[in-house]
Amino acid sequence: MARILVQFAHPALEKSRVNRRLIAAVESLDFVTVNDLYEQYPDFDIDVNREQELLLAHDYVVLHHPFYWYSAPALIKQWEDLVLEHGWAYGRTGNALAGKRMLSVITTGGQREAYQETGANRYTIQQLLVPFEQTARLCRMEYLPPFVVHGSLRITEAEIEAAGARYRALLTLLATGQAAEYAAAQAPFLTDLAH
Amino acid sequence: MSQAVLLQALVYLAAAVLFVPLAKRFGLGSVLGYLLAGMAIGPAGLGLVGAEGQDVMHVAEFGVVIMLFLVGLELEPAVLWKLRTPILGLGGLQVVVTALALAGLALVAGIAWQSAVALGLILALSSTAIVLQTYKEQHQLGTPAGQGTFAVLLFQDIAVIPILALLPLLATQPAAASGAAADHNWLAAAPGGVRALALVAAVAGVVGLGKYGMRPVFRLVARSGLREVFIATALLLVGGVALLMELVGLSPALGAFVAGVVLATSEYKHEIESDIDPFKGLLLGLFFMSVGAAIDFKLIRENSGLIAGAVGAIMLVKTAVLLLLGQRFTGNRAQNVTLALGLSQVGEFAFVLLSFSSQNGILPASLTSIATAVVALSMALTPLVFLLNERVLQPRFGPSAAPERAADPIAEKNPVIIAGFGRYGNVVGRFLRANDIGTTVLDFDADRVETLRQLGMPVYYGDASRYDLLHAAGASQAKVLILALDSAERTLALVTLVRRHFPHLRILVRAHDRADAYEFIDAGLAHVYRETVDSSLRLGVDALRLLGVRAYHAQRAARTFLRHDERALRELAAVRKDRKTYFSTARQRIQELQALLHFDAANANLREVDEGWDNDSLRQEAPPAPTTPVLPQPPSGS
Repeated sequence: MARILVQFAHPALEKSRVNRRLIAAVESLDFVTVNDLYEQYPDFDIDVNREQELLLAHDYVVLHHPFYWYSAPALIKQWEDLVLEHGWAYGRTGNALAGKRMLSVITTGGQREAYQETGANRYTIQQLLVPFEQTARLCRMEYLPPFVVHGSLRITEAEIEAAGARYRALLTLLATGQAAEYAAAQAPFLTDLAH
Repeated sequence: MSQAVLLQALVYLAAAVLFVPLAKRFGLGSVLGYLLAGMAIGPAGLGLVGAEGQDVMHVAEFGVVIMLFLVGLELEPAVLWKLRTPILGLGGLQVVVTALALAGLALVAGIAWQSAVALGLILALSSTAIVLQTYKEQHQLGTPAGQGTFAVLLFQDIAVIPILALLPLLATQPAAASGAAADHNWLAAAPGGVRALALVAAVAGVVGLGKYGMRPVFRLVARSGLREVFIATALLLVGGVALLMELVGLSPALGAFVAGVVLATSEYKHEIESDIDPFKGLLLGLFFMSVGAAIDFKLIRENSGLIAGAVGAIMLVKTAVLLLLGQRFTGNRAQNVTLALGLSQVGEFAFVLLSFSSQNGILPASLTSIATAVVALSMALTPLVFLLNERVLQPRFGPSAAPERAADPIAEKNPVIIAGFGRYGNVVGRFLRANDIGTTVLDFDADRVETLRQLGMPVYYGDASRYDLLHAAGASQAKVLILALDSAERTLALVTLVRRHFPHLRILVRAHDRADAYEFIDAGLAHVYRETVDSSLRLGVDALRLLGVRAYHAQRAARTFLRHDERALRELAAVRKDRKTYFSTARQRIQELQALLHFDAANANLREVDEGWDNDSLRQEAPPAPTTPVLPQPPSGS
């Protein structure tokens, strides 16, 4: 069974409604390692060796965070800057991550409709996630379609529950080597907003 | 070794081993245990020790000398200077007023005025040995009562010198054996000017020796790594100073005290302290036993009414005088009562002065033998007086009434208990309160406790290592215990207690320095905080910034260094535990510094903290920039 590393970043989890439940939904899975970055490195003092070893020990890297300013909370960026070293993760000799798969799991305040050319945010989620996609590519990883929970400000308890169950099911698909099924399952959520 | 000496030593040791733990067990304190042991083996009891008891007492007086040396060691000159007002004011007034009151009492009893004055002076002194020992045992020296007591006792030790000079003037009969008590005093016959000069020279000599002479000696001895030689050196120093003082007619205890103060700032302070402390304990024990053995029960039985009346009157007068004088100094009624009652007995110096007086014809022999019994009895009663104060009187006063509170079924329910609210603990406590975390505080400083109580904080006065106090503070419901005590020993004692009775408490402990941190790590504590390391690194960061290093780099360098240093601490603690050999503290510190520097050198990446943003390797890999095309050379027209 493939192993999944959830790189979780939330600077104020104590105030979160959705992310706390999402993490609770998957952390009991025995093929999942949740790495709570803000709990681990409150002073941004990232232990590079520890992080690189974690990456090497897993097959999937899930960047799980709220979608702040069309990107991730600052600690995710710090993590990328420090851990994805040249000569290790990328560059002529940087093959440490080659063949692994990466995806983003994000929550947004805006509704799904806002993330399209005619919406308030003018771009789709996948367009906005291009920096992460290209980061994965440069590190010779495959970038899978994202898992997105929209409208986190108004979401109902039942919807949170459902989102958690879906998150859990999707990670299970990945762990059992059904990445293609995962992509297929995600497709309707990512395209064809017009329909 | 002759069998007789060995046998006698065995008698004393056996008595101590039997009685002292028993006395402690029943909450009577070790001093009373020793006194009881002395009575049991003395002429009045089993009669195992007899006339030689007096010689034993002389030997054992060296214990008092060592004790004052140790007290001096803990008192840096600056602290002593701060205490000058209570020493001169409270101490001076106590001696003068008490001496006058007691002399008046003696006059009323029909004693000649000269003898009355002599008695007043002698009986005004209190027992440094018993009182200081008791205060130390109860960790009370830091309280106002402890400070006042210490000041008074110190002044009394100084006062012995003028009293010795004054007594011969009060002689009513020709001296029986001239200069018997002063037979060690070279200068007894010398003119006053020479004596004064010798006195000043001797004290200056002690100060100079302590300040400049002893350090190289201790360093040399420490380097040899032979612990017993180090101990011998320390004992030699104390013994030498005591002898020198006796030669010039000063109190040996006072000389030892001066030597201690001078060495208080030396790096060997703790080493010396821990090395000679057992000698002090044993000799003091011996001293108390010889006091117990010296009590002449036959004489007491024959003059029971007179002696009982005298003991009662003297202790009442001494207490009353200090109750009057101490109020302003302690500023607290509970503390004042402790101070006054604690000093109500007559001290061991009275034995010396009484025998001096009878030999010099100052007091008639009949009077001195009764006075000696009175002194011994008042000393024997002192532990009981302390008990009376602690158990009966103190509970009647305000917040320090710990026993009363212990009976209180409603214990505190705060999640955090802070033991020690001094300069370290108070920052932690304020931070937690600022974040709405309820904290219960245990502290020793009576003034601080009162202030905090007035601010409405749940504060308990007393020794956190007592089970009942911890229980009252809510230790069974609390989650976290923060230990910010000054002494590592007390911290460790507390840890043991907490682990036994409140195993659920998470313990966070402040360590004074690296050595304490090792102790705590050895004790298996996970959360150990050296009090200086974070602040030193913050200073280091600012220094780097002043030198032009960018702020973020400096800050990350400090974080890296802290992680590295914590790792070094754990690793060196393990190494240290393996190596049981003894090194002197100073030598150990140097070795440790070397080990630390090696450890630093082995970690080459301490400076390279920003690999992620370092683009050296990227630059090397980047394709060469297109070079500017070489322009065609214009045809040369040659």
